[in-house]
Amino acid sequence: MERRLVVRAVAGVALLAVPLVLPQFYLLLSVEILIMGLFAIGFNVLMGYAGMVSFGHAAFFGVGAYTCGLLLKKTEAPFVVAFLAAPVVAVVVAAVIGYFCVRLTRIYFSMLTLAFSQIVWATAHKWYSLTGGDNGLVGVPIPAWLIGPRAFYGFVAGVSLIVVAVLWRIMEAPFGRTLLAIRENAERAEFVGINVKRTQLTAFALSGAVSGLAGGMFALFTRGAFPEYAFWTKSAEVLIMTLLGGPHVFLGPALGAGILIVLNSVVTSYTEYWPIVLGIILLALIYVFPGGMTRMFLGWRGAGRPAGATRA
Amino acid sequence: MLEISGVAKAFGGFQALIGVSLRVEPGEIAAIIGPNGAGKSTLFNVITGHLVPDAGRINLKGRDITGLPPHAICRLGLARSFQRTNIFPRLSVFDNVQVAILSHEGRAQEMWSRARDLGRERTMAILEDVGLAGRAAEASGSLSYGDQKQLELGIALALEPEMLLLDEPTAGMSPQETRSSMALVARIARDRRLTLLFTEHDMGVVFSVAQRIRVLHQGRIIAEGAPDEVRRNDEVKRVYLGKH
Amino acid sequence: MPDLSAFADPGFLAVQCLNGLTQAMFLFLIASGLSLIFGVLGVLNFAHGSLYMLGAYLSYTIASWFVGPPATFWVALVLGSIGVALVGGIIESVFLRPVYRREELEQLLVTYALVLIISDLVKLAWGAENRSGSRPALLAGSVDIAGRDFPTYNLFVLAVGPLVALALWLLLRRTQFGRLVRAAANDREMVGVVGVNVKGLFTGVFMLGAWLGGLGGGLAAPIGAIFPGMDVEIIVESFIVVVVGGMGSLGGTLLGALIIGQLNAFGILFFPRFAIVFVYVLMAVVLVIRPWGLLGRPVTRG
Repeated sequence: MERRLVVRAVAGVALLAVPLVLPQFYLLLSVEILIMGLFAIGFNVLMGYAGMVSFGHAAFFGVGAYTCGLLLKKTEAPFVVAFLAAPVVAVVVAAVIGYFCVRLTRIYFSMLTLAFSQIVWATAHKWYSLTGGDNGLVGVPIPAWLIGPRAFYGFVAGVSLIVVAVLWRIMEAPFGRTLLAIRENAERAEFVGINVKRTQLTAFALSGAVSGLAGGMFALFTRGAFPEYAFWTKSAEVLIMTLLGGPHVFLGPALGAGILIVLNSVVTSYTEYWPIVLGIILLALIYVFPGGMTRMFLGWRGAGRPAGATRA
Repeated sequence: MLEISGVAKAFGGFQALIGVSLRVEPGEIAAIIGPNGAGKSTLFNVITGHLVPDAGRINLKGRDITGLPPHAICRLGLARSFQRTNIFPRLSVFDNVQVAILSHEGRAQEMWSRARDLGRERTMAILEDVGLAGRAAEASGSLSYGDQKQLELGIALALEPEMLLLDEPTAGMSPQETRSSMALVARIARDRRLTLLFTEHDMGVVFSVAQRIRVLHQGRIIAEGAPDEVRRNDEVKRVYLGKH
Repeated sequence: MPDLSAFADPGFLAVQCLNGLTQAMFLFLIASGLSLIFGVLGVLNFAHGSLYMLGAYLSYTIASWFVGPPATFWVALVLGSIGVALVGGIIESVFLRPVYRREELEQLLVTYALVLIISDLVKLAWGAENRSGSRPALLAGSVDIAGRDFPTYNLFVLAVGPLVALALWLLLRRTQFGRLVRAAANDREMVGVVGVNVKGLFTGVFMLGAWLGGLGGGLAAPIGAIFPGMDVEIIVESFIVVVVGGMGSLGGTLLGALIIGQLNAFGILFFPRFAIVFVYVLMAVVLVIRPWGLLGRPVTRG
């Protein structure tokens, strides 16, 4: 058991090290995949584990990006403080928004998350004096040790590895099981003594924190923050990544992020009509490979296993 | 153990429960019977906190639980099963019971322990009790209807309740399944000194298992007593047994 | 500080109010189709904004085919919206029918995939630049409202909205089709059980909803710019209208459209920059207080 864990950890680190020897273009693409993959894994805590489909997760990504960007650009805050403030502020915003959202279910829950995230987007879009409005917040300074694609990749890989490991631990702990039970049957969960709303709120905040952290890293990556980070189409993007990779496998969403970003990069080098390609991929996903790509790859292994047992 | 006084509940203009009072003593095996629509499920939902009564009080072990949320009432030692099976369908049989055990032990929110082996022995012991030990790894949603009912019982037992409410525990079962299932319930209740309150449509089961019976009709309790007394009650014969 | 002097001018206020009403009529046309489809099929149709966009482009193009005859606009409006209804029929029977028994999320994803596909098809067919239709000669002028000019065409739109609302109401209340639609909205399974042709009903409802969206787009063609991206802009606003009014409620959709129209028209006077925030705040407040909307009914099933 422990040996398998060590093997996995070594394999993970090795895999993460590969892009370091790739040309810069691919290295930067890998950075984007890692950040969006982390965002998708955070989003999936809510969708895959707790069964709550947020249409507004871009809000927390955006809040993280603007928090980190604003602190670095407009204050003397040290880098560590600015960076860690991203998940901290995101968790506070997520707790407030989540407090209202977890009272609703299904489409109503999704619609309320959409409404709140659009409030965040509109604020970023219109508050010129603070955020730079639709021009975005540009020229965010980053410390010297982060400059250069290899250094930056190393930073993002390290942070992602730690966060994903922690999240994995939490999802394999009783809390993760409790979320699965709520996803399966919230009413029954309530009658085995689980405080469903409180558990959902905790998951919402946790998911928001990870999304905020990913947003913070993205602000460092692009040296800026833009209203689109919080727009609903960004929420749709992370939802699609998650479905593409498969929400019922812990690392599935990250795989989805990888597939989507690589495809995007390949397709856009040939044609500007990427949306139509993505649309067709989505239709194929629904009609041909329901359950996501990981279900397709793991199908032979996962066949005898209950679909809810989320093990990578 | 459980004391209900003057409970009323209406939906729109329909009075589902009107001034229902009853007392269940510790260790008692009690049944509530009544025609469809008599208010049995509503009464259960009011007791377990799923619905808040319009009037009246509910006491569990001398503590007023009126208006508490279901999870809080559950933690005070009252577990229930549902008329329609109510399990976690895409979780394994093992996980279904384990999640209840973790919740009962107050560990449902733990974020740093490894869930995989927590409470394994207790979970397996309960699965053994309800005859599902050999199927622990299966997805619970693929079990037969009767087995899902047993699993529900297992989930309820995992909460180590002092009192168990079973809503039509044998609904949809074959006569044979019904007999063995109720025998199991009665045995477990005696072994664990559980107080049991159940509703049931199968009169054979009710009169052989229950020590006391209440008859609910149009939202009111119209008769109460030992099985023989209830059997002899004229009003019961008229509104209820007369139909059979 | 907001400039409040405008409020002393009754003509300005009246025109602003009429502008809000005009916008409300567009929102109503689109959102009523969205709400109808959601009510009956249970599918939240993200592609409804795309149908609206398609209606605008189709009407524009059909109008450009025969330059000259005074009836051009009307022909284009009718043919364009019917074309959108046909596209709706294809969407329903080809793409949605296989996923009714699947999870809500997958149905949603199908409609979102259609958003992406239609937006690119529109770009392929019409290019990326903005276009603008022309008003029919009959409605090209403007009228005097308390000393201010107000386009005659907008008055026409103000008349169309209530007429469509009335026609829809009659259709739903007084016809066999309407009875089936209402029955299906109440209980989808039940309708199938009693032997109604559910397939045909669903296709019909989707086509009707698509036609309403296409009509909205066709009416918008002469006044708003036609551009790729108008689909995404309108869809979120229609969601707001439907959520505020109550999903599946025709009266609610009308009320929601009126509120959002006025909020946009006057919000922009008070807080020019933050007007856009108000509609989202309203949406959030309604969802928190009455999740089923102002005139909707609380859902009991699931």
